[in-house]
Amino acid sequence: MTNQSRRDFLKTSALLGAGITGLSSKPAKAAPKNILDENRMGVLVDTTVCIGCRKCEWACKNAHYLPTQPLESYDDRSVFKNMRRPDDKSLTVVNEYPAKELNSFPVNVKVQCMHCDKPACVSACIVGAFSKEENGSVIWDGDKCIGCRYCMVACPFQVPAFEFEKALQPEIRKCDFCFERTKVGRMPACIEICPMEVLTYGKREDLVELAHHKISLYPEKYYNHVLGEYEVGGTSWLYLASRDFSELQFPKLGNSPAPGVSEAIQHGIFAYFIPPIALYALLGGVMWLNKNRKSEEGEQL
Amino acid sequence: MSEYMKPVPLPRKYFTPTVIILGLIALVGIIFILARLIFGIGAVTNLSNQYPWGIWIGIDVAAGVALAAGGFTTAALGHIMHKEEYHLITRPALLTASLGYTFVASSVALDLGRYYYIWHPLIMWNGNSVLFEVGMCVMIYLMVLYIEFLPIVTERFIGRVNLPGFLGKFNNPIDKLLRMLDKGLNKTMFVFIIAGVVLSCLHQSSLGTLMVIAGPKMHPLWQTPILPLLFLLSAVSVGFPMVIFESVITSKSFGLKPETNILSGLGRMVAPLLFIYLSFKIGDMVIRKTFVYLTEFNTASVMFVIEIVLGIVLPLRLFMSPSIRKSPLGLSIAAFLVIFGVFLNRMNNFIVAYTPPYQFTSYFPSIGEISVTAGFIALEILLFRAFVMIFPIVSIPQAASSKTKFSVRGVR
Repeated sequence: MTNQSRRDFLKTSALLGAGITGLSSKPAKAAPKNILDENRMGVLVDTTVCIGCRKCEWACKNAHYLPTQPLESYDDRSVFKNMRRPDDKSLTVVNEYPAKELNSFPVNVKVQCMHCDKPACVSACIVGAFSKEENGSVIWDGDKCIGCRYCMVACPFQVPAFEFEKALQPEIRKCDFCFERTKVGRMPACIEICPMEVLTYGKREDLVELAHHKISLYPEKYYNHVLGEYEVGGTSWLYLASRDFSELQFPKLGNSPAPGVSEAIQHGIFAYFIPPIALYALLGGVMWLNKNRKSEEGEQL
Repeated sequence: MSEYMKPVPLPRKYFTPTVIILGLIALVGIIFILARLIFGIGAVTNLSNQYPWGIWIGIDVAAGVALAAGGFTTAALGHIMHKEEYHLITRPALLTASLGYTFVASSVALDLGRYYYIWHPLIMWNGNSVLFEVGMCVMIYLMVLYIEFLPIVTERFIGRVNLPGFLGKFNNPIDKLLRMLDKGLNKTMFVFIIAGVVLSCLHQSSLGTLMVIAGPKMHPLWQTPILPLLFLLSAVSVGFPMVIFESVITSKSFGLKPETNILSGLGRMVAPLLFIYLSFKIGDMVIRKTFVYLTEFNTASVMFVIEIVLGIVLPLRLFMSPSIRKSPLGLSIAAFLVIFGVFLNRMNNFIVAYTPPYQFTSYFPSIGEISVTAGFIALEILLFRAFVMIFPIVSIPQAASSKTKFSVRGVR
């Protein structure tokens, strides 16, 4: 009797497991707002030209109405002593990596949201507060956000920041590619102010081409890699550097889109709601059979 | 048989020294909850832009959901497999699940930066988001659990509605309402019971999918595409141990004789379930060749080994031994180890395994976070005790003549 029950239970749980994990590896459906526009814009960051003046940091704060010190204070280079990350008070920061040899320069790297082509934050957000716009920007909608911070868990570049000290209406803050400015035909603030033309604003397609052209022109100057061309399915912001990007503290990432696996699993479990409904029907059937069996046994007694 | 088991309210003195200590723990938790609501998440927790999720998600939510799995596993066993001998454990399991999920929902709300927008997912959908699916499933399942609990309320109060003072004139309408509910639920309960099991399978597994998107931020010992399967298997294996442990504790606390026969029957099913879970876990490790990380000596590898050895292998061995399955003490130790293992697994997945690429500080929960988590657990135990005293939850032996055989409404 008890042996019987165990076998029954195992049988059912095996079926149940099979139902749940019958994952098809169907390509993930993109949310309507997430269709990539061919003419989306991007930025090519040539870190070999950057002098670390940090004017971009100042311009960014101004453009986003964040409190900032006067521009002159940004000449202070002591901030480079520690590695900094974008947070809720500064959406972009510049870091400096010391020169390797005596007669070479230190490398300055501007960091901000990479504006992925297949953004993990857009896929992860519980209420769809993030969207990839036609012009390439990944932006956040403050009216939807519930502050769950799953975007921060998901982001492979660890970019979104949260206003932890606010009790009411805390925001997720990250570079929005100056969406409000580009909407009216103005350039992103950091690109406009950059005195060294480190940042090239243009169609992403063209920028990829430009980056490879630069590398082929000066193979001794550039490390042969355009960061962001393929990483996590491609990003709108692309980087060139004189050394391996892992030495500049870029995370080591593969080329498959960050949300890929989780969306495949998710849509496998929920393929047209067939697996859940099938499981429901299966359990209903088992319940009905067992009930009938029991009542028959009862009659025999 | 000379006696029947029948669920009845257990009238006892509510306050005992343990209850008072638990009450104090709950009180401290409530104070920190108020502090979080007034001063924000940053003031109470150690969360940062590097560690967006802490123990409120890793323990309260992830482990909370897993440890409430007793609800759907016993429902599947008692009602769907129709094993009548297990009917008397379904009610305590249902109560634990209802309370557990209520606190899961409360913890989520508390952890949300904008808790007052918790209803947003109801109208703002993102089908790509795993969190959306988990959120919706948990929300619906919570409703299903409350509905499954309703027959216990009607059973308790039909013909006994007696409101004080001027509310007395509502006695009749409320009684009618309860009778109507009882009649309706009697016919439809099976719909909810099956729905509960389906919803549980869905969100228990999706809770594992949740961390898949974190990709390389998660330690390879835990990051695997079969996380949803591992989460489901571990939830199924922890369901019965949770019921066993809780039943032994309840019996002890209320001075009843533990239901050793039924519990050892449950215990017999645990070993095969744990074995399946263990084989998938080890198989996954072998296929992905992640065992190389075990040669390093660090927090991750130590926690992983503890999780496997103390949390799966040891209880698997204990549950295989018939003599241990026959003693309440052996059963509760083995069950506790399974609970510990799954608890640790959830904490490992959500906290220990999470290694952000840019780390300035490491995460350790603050006093506030720990107090709130402890407070929620204490509150849950206190409510469990109160419910067991008010409602017919725990079955105790009745004289044969006193009543006809007990049956669960709707699933006869």
